[in-house]
Amino acid sequence: MKVSLFVTCLIDQFFPEVGLSTVKVLEKCGVEVSFDPRQTCCGQPAFNSGYVDESREVVEHFLAVFDDSEHIVVPSGSCATMIKTFIPGLFPEGSSKRQRAEEVGQRTLELSDFLVSVLGIQTTGARFPQAVTYHDSCHLVRELNIRSQPRQLIHGVEGVDFREMENCDRCCGFGGFFSVKSPDVSAAIGDEKVQWIRESGADYVISTDVSCLMHIDGLMRRNQVPVQTMHLAELLAQFDD
Amino acid sequence: MINTAKINRNVEAALADRQLQRNLCSTLGKSVRMRDDSVAEVPNWEELSRYARDVKLHTLSRLDHYLAMLEEKITAQGGKVIWAETGQEAVQFIVDLARQRKIGKLVKSKSMLSEEIHLNSMLGRAQIESIETDLGEYIVQLAGETPSHLLAPALHKSQKEIADLFVRNLGMTPSGDVHEITSTARRVLREHFLSAPIGVTGVNFGVAETGTIVLVENEGNARLSVSVPQIHIALMGIEKVIPRTRDLAVFLKVLIRSATGQKMTSYISCLNGPRRPEELTGPDEFYLVLVDNGRSKILADRFLRQTLSCIRCGACQNICPVYQRIGGHAYESTYQGPIGAILTPQLTSLAAAPEHAFASSLCGACQEVCPVQIEIPHILLKLREQAQREKKTKASQLSLERLVMGGWALVMCSPRLYVVFSRWTRRLWRWVGDIRGLGRFLTPLTHWYKHREIPELAARSFRELYRSREE
Repeated sequence: MKVSLFVTCLIDQFFPEVGLSTVKVLEKCGVEVSFDPRQTCCGQPAFNSGYVDESREVVEHFLAVFDDSEHIVVPSGSCATMIKTFIPGLFPEGSSKRQRAEEVGQRTLELSDFLVSVLGIQTTGARFPQAVTYHDSCHLVRELNIRSQPRQLIHGVEGVDFREMENCDRCCGFGGFFSVKSPDVSAAIGDEKVQWIRESGADYVISTDVSCLMHIDGLMRRNQVPVQTMHLAELLAQFDD
Repeated sequence: MINTAKINRNVEAALADRQLQRNLCSTLGKSVRMRDDSVAEVPNWEELSRYARDVKLHTLSRLDHYLAMLEEKITAQGGKVIWAETGQEAVQFIVDLARQRKIGKLVKSKSMLSEEIHLNSMLGRAQIESIETDLGEYIVQLAGETPSHLLAPALHKSQKEIADLFVRNLGMTPSGDVHEITSTARRVLREHFLSAPIGVTGVNFGVAETGTIVLVENEGNARLSVSVPQIHIALMGIEKVIPRTRDLAVFLKVLIRSATGQKMTSYISCLNGPRRPEELTGPDEFYLVLVDNGRSKILADRFLRQTLSCIRCGACQNICPVYQRIGGHAYESTYQGPIGAILTPQLTSLAAAPEHAFASSLCGACQEVCPVQIEIPHILLKLREQAQREKKTKASQLSLERLVMGGWALVMCSPRLYVVFSRWTRRLWRWVGDIRGLGRFLTPLTHWYKHREIPELAARSFRELYRSREE
């Protein structure tokens, strides 16, 4: 099977190792991965701030890049939501652009959803003998209704000690520009999340979104909380090549 | 006009207010658990909630029809319906009626609409005393404040603050005991009930087919407000009409379980016009004031219309991470939390409430608990879009933010520019990072750095690493 990787701009610029892990995991599962270097962003930052025209310009570029892809895999619940839920609505109902956007949306899957629902993967052969907990990202859980897939994959990791935290699906407070427009509220929400992470007793917090993890990690480092953040792809890539 | 700077100050003050933080944490946490447990008992919750949503959306699409039906039924029962386009008109009706009858005092049960139209202060200006009879509302009134939650108006106050208030204003013996507080309120309010010729209430549901006004409460003060005084005035937002009595069963179920986690509230009053000759209690006169006050404007948009489905259960406030941190008063508006964020700018204007649509992380927890399934996060996005569009048409508001967004779009539409931009950002980042972390002084990094460490910008982007891997 062939998939096109949409790596997301945040992973491309800040967390390339998450992108590399995604490729490693997909290839281990027997998938042929292609990466189109014309790709940039899904348009979400502008869309969430109300700059819909600016967002649409970027979306048109995104659609042009991924128009011919059979499967588009995204290691981010938030970007997958933008593509699947919001992008079609940027074009008038009944228009050909709308139809094309809907088709691209249907062919797009978040990484854990692709691995479990399409490939039926139970384990990637990863081994990680550590205590981990999982943070449900808001978009993944409430827009795409994906709860069990990431957990199944975590349970498939050998040696992992999974500890569900309290309020695992409550927001971490990131919220895109909200994190810098209302930094005090954003951090106060995040502090509570960090508290639940600590109480779980885990050494690692896993999530499908680097945006949440970047925020949580920033708070934990500032407060010297001895817990590491890790993207699900990185956890699943804990096997020898 | 809601002042942005004021909201920012409110937020700062709320986060630093330890009493408020304790109250929010304990009360809202408990409300969320009780709602969740109560909803879990109902196996077909999703179905009931979808039904409630559909009935509301249907009713809103034919609001004129159902309101006319309601008016007809109420009139036939001997009641009178008054249509008020603005809050001011609604207030004026009450003032005129009181003056005409030479009435100087009325008792009031809980009504958010009365808060929205500033009824108490307007009546005060007309020398008419208005006594709140819901305990929470009474506390807030004594303190000269406004409610900070749909259901628990005095949520922001501690028991000690309330006791002090009662000692100061009502001569209560200073024991601070809860029983002392409630029995004092009961004693004082009873006298008001017996001496006020008018009772004003809100309306939870107005049933069109029967002309029934439904009041849902736990304290019995609304029941007293409509049975002791000679005149009952019910204030109802035009969106509160539902078509049939059989719909009511569903609405009561989803409202009450979402609001307090109870199976049923202690009192549910179904009122059909004034007292009939064979009835023992009830008012001699009944007036229903139907208030628009910006609502029909919301109806015009087929998507945004669902905002008016709200049945004021407060579940979205309880679960909202933002509301949980800042409480209600920070919003500077009658309606607060997620529902307030979408309702306030639509009832007034986006220019009058510029912060509301942006005061959210868009986490969607509100939509998940909404008993009538209002798509609050998607409405917030739509309002953000409208807000930016409105600003765009005003040339004076050509902001730095818009310029940055334009630049961002330019870069993101061109893979070549994207690569160049990323390379230069990387260089600049390393450079300013090297001079003793200068980067943290650049807005918006300053705001990020205030509470969080800044992530490292990777030395090489994914695409660079991927290409070298291919080679």
